[in-house]
Amino acid sequence: MDQSTSPHQSSILRDGAKAAWPICLGYFPIGLALGVLAQQAGLPWWAMALMSVLVFAGSAQFICVAMLAASSSIPAIIFTTLVVNLRHTLMSSALAVYLSGINRKFLAVFSYGVTDESFAVNMTQFKSGHWDRWRALVVNQLANSVWLVATITGTLVGQFVPQGAFGIDYALTGMFICLLVFQLQGRIYILTGLLAGLISVIWYLIIPGDSYIVGASVCAATLGYFLKRYYRSNK
Amino acid sequence: MTFSDYMILFCGMGLVTYLPRALPLIYLAHKQLPQWLVDWLSLIPVAILSALLFPSLFADSANRSLSLGKPEFLVAIPTLIFALKTRSLGGTVLVGMVLYWLAGFYI
Repeated sequence: MDQSTSPHQSSILRDGAKAAWPICLGYFPIGLALGVLAQQAGLPWWAMALMSVLVFAGSAQFICVAMLAASSSIPAIIFTTLVVNLRHTLMSSALAVYLSGINRKFLAVFSYGVTDESFAVNMTQFKSGHWDRWRALVVNQLANSVWLVATITGTLVGQFVPQGAFGIDYALTGMFICLLVFQLQGRIYILTGLLAGLISVIWYLIIPGDSYIVGASVCAATLGYFLKRYYRSNK
Repeated sequence: MTFSDYMILFCGMGLVTYLPRALPLIYLAHKQLPQWLVDWLSLIPVAILSALLFPSLFADSANRSLSLGKPEFLVAIPTLIFALKTRSLGGTVLVGMVLYWLAGFYI
């Protein structure tokens, strides 16, 4: 353990849990829904458990279940998973700035839990300065545990759970809105966010599939980068 | 499908899920990143969050068409204001949930 981390394991767990709870709240209904669909597609609970452990990737798992229900081939499902998850290369690259020089063994373990949600929460925390890799790992693994429990529960009892109770379907949207607010630390960030939003909607409407996430992010960040340089050189 | 079919499928999916997460992190964390890349990467979180969020607020996922005035968007406005004023993640999540729940009764 390096010097920058607190030696108190309980405080690491507590801080991690405090940061992770909105993810967990949001994962539960989504995981349940996935479990219900999987059960309807004929997956036994242990297959769902196996998938949530080996493939911790919500949207790819939904697509896999839909493709299994449509009797798609195994190579086709694996290829689709690769395409859907390519966006995480971008997130891992951004995380590398805060995890530079950390031993590869830790990074190999940490990478397993990089999702849209854990990325957003951990980046916000790293940027605030009061964060370290162990707390970030707790966020990843807590989210993973809840996901595992929720998806298995879905296959077992999901059909008895009422849909949309207490607006819980909005938990992740609410979390993304607030994390977006945390990121708006200057005009260039607001501009980049608006550009990404505009491009992503247009891309989403025109091009099928999930490429809009990576496409819009790369376009907007690049435009934002050049705008920033342009303003700097004209000052 | 048999157990071994599931194993082959999930191991394959797991591999193509893990590698895009692990390779950039393990490679880039041990490189001296040029300043332009650090600057560019600093804009990635805000861009990704917006790209994940906006289509769910302004587009209908069933037939991929533009949809203005969705409850998701209407609820997002007070939720955004709450987030700007309080900067509380937990509070924003709860406010968004309650408003969305209530919106379900009226919209």
